[in-house]
Amino acid sequence: MSETIRGKERYESGVIPYKKMGYWEPDYEPKDTDVICLFRITPQPGVDPEEAAAAVAGESSTATWTVVWTDRLTACELYRAKAYRVDPVPNNEEQFFAYIAYDLDLFEEGSIANLTASIIGNVFGFKAVKALRLEDMRMPVAYLKTFKGAPTGIVVERERLDKFGRPLLGATTKPKLGLSGRNYGRVVYEALKGGLDFVKDDENINSQPFMHWRDRFLYVAEAVNKASAATGEVKGHYMNVTAATMEDMYERAEFAKELGSCIIMIDLVIGYTAIQSMSAWARKNDMILHLHRAGHGTYTRQKSHGVSFRVISKWMRMAGVDHIHAGTVVGKLEGDPNTTAGFYDILREPYNEQNLAHGIFFDQDWASLNKVMPVASGGIHAGQMHQLLHYLGEDVVLQFGGGTIGHPDGIAAGAEANRVALEAMIMARNEGRDYLAEGPDILNKAAKDCKPLQAALDTWKDITFDYTSTDTPDFVPTATASS
Amino acid sequence: MRITQGTFSFLPDLTDEQIGKQVKYCIDNGWSVGIEYTDDPHPRNTYWEMWGQPMFDLKDPAGVMMELEDCRKTYPNLYIRIVGFDSTRGWETPRLSFIVNRPSEEPGFGVVRQEWEGRKVRYTVHSYATDKPHGQRYTD
Repeated sequence: MSETIRGKERYESGVIPYKKMGYWEPDYEPKDTDVICLFRITPQPGVDPEEAAAAVAGESSTATWTVVWTDRLTACELYRAKAYRVDPVPNNEEQFFAYIAYDLDLFEEGSIANLTASIIGNVFGFKAVKALRLEDMRMPVAYLKTFKGAPTGIVVERERLDKFGRPLLGATTKPKLGLSGRNYGRVVYEALKGGLDFVKDDENINSQPFMHWRDRFLYVAEAVNKASAATGEVKGHYMNVTAATMEDMYERAEFAKELGSCIIMIDLVIGYTAIQSMSAWARKNDMILHLHRAGHGTYTRQKSHGVSFRVISKWMRMAGVDHIHAGTVVGKLEGDPNTTAGFYDILREPYNEQNLAHGIFFDQDWASLNKVMPVASGGIHAGQMHQLLHYLGEDVVLQFGGGTIGHPDGIAAGAEANRVALEAMIMARNEGRDYLAEGPDILNKAAKDCKPLQAALDTWKDITFDYTSTDTPDFVPTATASS
Repeated sequence: MRITQGTFSFLPDLTDEQIGKQVKYCIDNGWSVGIEYTDDPHPRNTYWEMWGQPMFDLKDPAGVMMELEDCRKTYPNLYIRIVGFDSTRGWETPRLSFIVNRPSEEPGFGVVRQEWEGRKVRYTVHSYATDKPHGQRYTD
C-alpha cells in the first residue's frame, strides 16, 4: 500500500523517507509510454527494500535529500519516478529486484546521454544501497521512435556485401600492437584472400608511434581491394576511427570513405554522444558502423553492481550501431549461454518476449529499429563451428583472430579452414542434419577436401575455455508436473 | 581463379542432389526461389539476369531443378546462381544465394589503381570478362 504523505504535510521542510515522498507507489500501473527499469538492489543492512527502491526511484528522477517547496511549482507527481514492485531475488537473501517506472517526459528525445544521466547518473553512488545493478529496461515504442537506430542494419549490410545464408567471418589483426602499416596490410590481404569477409583493427589500434593511422588506412585499402579482385567478393576492414576528439574521428572517417572502405569502427569508450554522432555520420555516408565494446567488462560483469550488457545492447540498438561484440559462449571471454542468447535476441529480433531464463524481464517491441549484427570474438576456432552456429545462429560475425593468424600453414590457410568449416556446417544444417551432434563428423569429412581445415582441427582440437560464468540468469526453467 | 561469391563456393561444386536439398530448405522456409545468370560476376553487379521470375508457392524442388536444367542448357558456360527470397516482415530480402554453374575458365578480376593526391589511390575492381562484348565472353 502506498505510504505517500499527501497534501500540505508532504511539503513541510525537513527530511522524510523516500517511501513517503511519493517514490513508492505499489498500486501504480505503468503506462505504455513509461520507461521501466529493473534494478537489482542490495540495500545497506537495516534498510527496508521498499525504502531502498523508493530512494533509487527518487535519486534517478526528481528527488533531493530533503523536501523542497519548489516541487509545488511543478506537476511533480508526474515527474517522480515510481517504484511499484519489489521482489526478492531467488536464492539470495540480500538482494531485491525493484521495478521503477519513469514518465516519457523525463527524457529528451533521441538522446542516450540524457537517458543515462537520469537512470545511471547519481544513483549508483547513493549511500543507502550497498550495491545497485541495472538489469533491464523496457523502452516504450513512442520513445524508440525518437531514435534512428543502426545506420545500415543486418538486412542492408548483407545486401551491400552480397553475402547471404551464413554467418560472416572476420579476424582481428594480430599482434594487435607493433605492426607497421605495411606489415599490417599483409595480414589483412592474406586473411581476406583466404576466405574471410572482414578483418578488423583492434580496439586499441588508433595512431601510435609504430603506425600512424593514415598509413594503416592506405595499406589496408590496398589489401582490401586486392583481395576483392582475387576472390570476386566484397571485402572489408573495420577501420578504427576512435580518437581523442570528434574532429579527429570525423577526419579519419572521411579518409576511410575517400579510400572506398565499406565499414568503419569505433570503441564503446568514446561515449554515448560520440557514438550517436558517428552513427549519424555513417548513415549519411553509407558506411557500416562497427562497435567494439571496449571497457564494458568494468561495469557489466559482476552481478551485484553495474549495468547489465543487455541494457547496453538496448542502448546501442537505439544509439545506432551496425555491429556490436556480444559474446561467444564458447570462447575465452565471459559468456553464459542463456545470458548471451538474451543479448543476441535484443540485438536481432523485432520483438522480445519476456524470457527470464535468458535474463529478459520485459516484452519489448523494437518498433522496426534496424537489427544489429552481433559479433562473436575471442578464443574461438574452426573446430567449434557446430557449437557456434547452434548458440549464435546465422546472423553474426564470427571472428577468428588467433584461429586464423595462428594457423600452422599461414594466414590464408587459416582463413580458408574457417570458411570451409562454416560452409560445410551451413550445408549440413540446411539439409536437415543434426549438425550439433554430428558436428565433429561434418568437420572431419569437410577436412578431407581441405588440408588447411584438417591442420586447424589437429592444432586446436582440445582447446576449450571452460570457466564458470559470473553473469548468469537468476531464473531457471522448472519442470512442471505435466512435463 | 574461382570466384567465391555465394554461400557454398568454398566447397566442391554441389551435385544436383545437394542443390535439391538446399532448394528444399528454401521451400520449407516459405521462401520463393529464383534462378539468375550472368556473364559479368563483378562483386558489385547486383542484378544478374533472371531466368524467369522467382518461383512462388513451390511444393517441390523438382520444378526448380527442371528450370535449372533448362538454364544450364542455354548458358552452359555462364555463372548461374540460386537465390531464396524471404518476404517475411523485417527481412524482405534474399536469405540464401549460391552458385550452381560457372564457366570452365574463370578470367577473374584485376585492380585498377588511379593514383591520386598525396598517397591516396582510387581503386576499381575490373572484370576481365567485360573486355569482350556480350555474347563473346567465355568462348575460348
